[in-house]
Amino acid sequence: MNLKELYQEIILEHGKNPRNLRKTDNFTRDAKGNNPLCGDNVHIYLKLNENNKVEDISFEGSGCAITMASASIMTDLVRGKEEKEVKEIVTDFLDMIKEKDELSTELLNEDEKTKLMCLSGVKQYPMRVKCATLSWHTLTSAMNNSQEIASTED
Amino acid sequence: MNIDQIKKEFPIFDNKVQNNDLVYLDSANSSQKPRIVIDRIYDFYSKEFSNVGRSVHYLAVAATNLYEQTRTSVQKYINASDKNEIVFTKGATEAINLVANTFGQKYLDEGDEVLITELEHHSNYVPWHFLRKSKKINIEFAEVNEQGEVTLEEIKKKITDKTKIICVTHLSNVTGAILPIKEIVTLAHSKDIPVLVDGCQGAPHLKLDMQDLDCDFYAISGHKMYGPTGIGVLYAKKKWLEDLPPYQGGGGMIREVKKKGISYGELPNKYEAGTMATAQVIAFNESIKFLEKIGIENIEKHEKELLDYAVDLLGKNNSVNIIGNPKNKGGVISFTIEGIHPHDIATILDEDGVAIRAGHHCCQILHEKLGLPATARASFGVYNTKDDIDQLNKSINNCKKIFNLK
Repeated sequence: MNLKELYQEIILEHGKNPRNLRKTDNFTRDAKGNNPLCGDNVHIYLKLNENNKVEDISFEGSGCAITMASASIMTDLVRGKEEKEVKEIVTDFLDMIKEKDELSTELLNEDEKTKLMCLSGVKQYPMRVKCATLSWHTLTSAMNNSQEIASTED
Repeated sequence: MNIDQIKKEFPIFDNKVQNNDLVYLDSANSSQKPRIVIDRIYDFYSKEFSNVGRSVHYLAVAATNLYEQTRTSVQKYINASDKNEIVFTKGATEAINLVANTFGQKYLDEGDEVLITELEHHSNYVPWHFLRKSKKINIEFAEVNEQGEVTLEEIKKKITDKTKIICVTHLSNVTGAILPIKEIVTLAHSKDIPVLVDGCQGAPHLKLDMQDLDCDFYAISGHKMYGPTGIGVLYAKKKWLEDLPPYQGGGGMIREVKKKGISYGELPNKYEAGTMATAQVIAFNESIKFLEKIGIENIEKHEKELLDYAVDLLGKNNSVNIIGNPKNKGGVISFTIEGIHPHDIATILDEDGVAIRAGHHCCQILHEKLGLPATARASFGVYNTKDDIDQLNKSINNCKKIFNLK
């Protein structure tokens, strides 16, 4: 049953009570992203310390359960990671959503990977892939300190 | 009227969609096609194809006649006074762009106002927006009220001595509000202001009489009228089509082309440059015949019954919030469910074969006013039944269950 794979308990729970839904004080980088066709939008705030580690990450915005859950899980997982590591995790996640069956990064433990794999249900719903990837593209923009609004519309 | 019989004329319902019977509630987006329309395209290409209006061989003449027959059918269907008031376009969007471009060129200058409404689809806003830059015009918005309507009084309030054209939807694709077009036209004409009506949702569901409505322009979308994609109609009063400049240049729209000057063709050729969507225009005649066979009054009545049934049923469903409550409403219900995003609703309903639309329905101005980034929308066509509405309600309940709502 595809629907149950898409709307797993963990997604519904994160969608309903998103973690890190706030604005980081004294953030050092930020970026906005939107899915113009859906009206979903996120604003990611990032605070990197002197060692380029993510001291805090948060987001504001609104969207469907998938969009909100994805941003919620993502912000939980990248806290404490170095800039380089964050980029590796983002690439790994986007590759998995696009084509790979599994995550291959060694920067996440099995529990964390299981959480992320809950989002793989969108693969069967091409129209919903962009919901799962919006916050990740926006995080990339924030890391690059891009002033452009991230969009999943290519 | 026997809906089961009518539904059998639509091949799409013969097949299961993901193992479910299709419950198609997205006709405001695009309607399904009856077999006669589909077959007509096949037959035309297989046995009768030629370009129209150019060559003199047998096929060309026959195709030209067929093409012109659709024009006459449309003229009669909407009761226009002249067949040359029917211009074929690629859709309602192109029809509105045609008017915005040519009327804008000739009659709009810096500081002039175009009055539209907050209900407008992007296709009746963006073409006018282009003129903000090129001509420095202003666009004014008649506001939507609590019921999701735009009233005659509101239009009256927004007319100024700078208003040069009023552009309104006939039937809102979000709230379903049917606007008092005839009254708006009378008011506008008393001040010498022409009126353009976006008839995308009007034409498939309401009886049309251009001479009675008396509007200056009326834009029609073929694919929402059980017709093929790629075909629309601009109805315009003859005086405008004769007066306004051509829209696109190319073959078919000219009289004589010299190095030093060009003269343009007569109506309707003046506005039909290049090879048109010939097969689609010819098949569109079958859509008109289909609508005439059932009778638009019967369709209106049937869709009203469905609407009343749906408003009642969904109205009783906890946590379903119907957007707008217009006194005069067509077969469109936009709704939200507290705690479930419209895209999640649409995906979950889809699993049961229930096809609805979620998003801003190309009406971001209205959604901003409503304070909602998106809504879910169920819209009806001639083939829908009360069983479809029951299934919609059942699937909404399933949705609530998945999200642990009561």
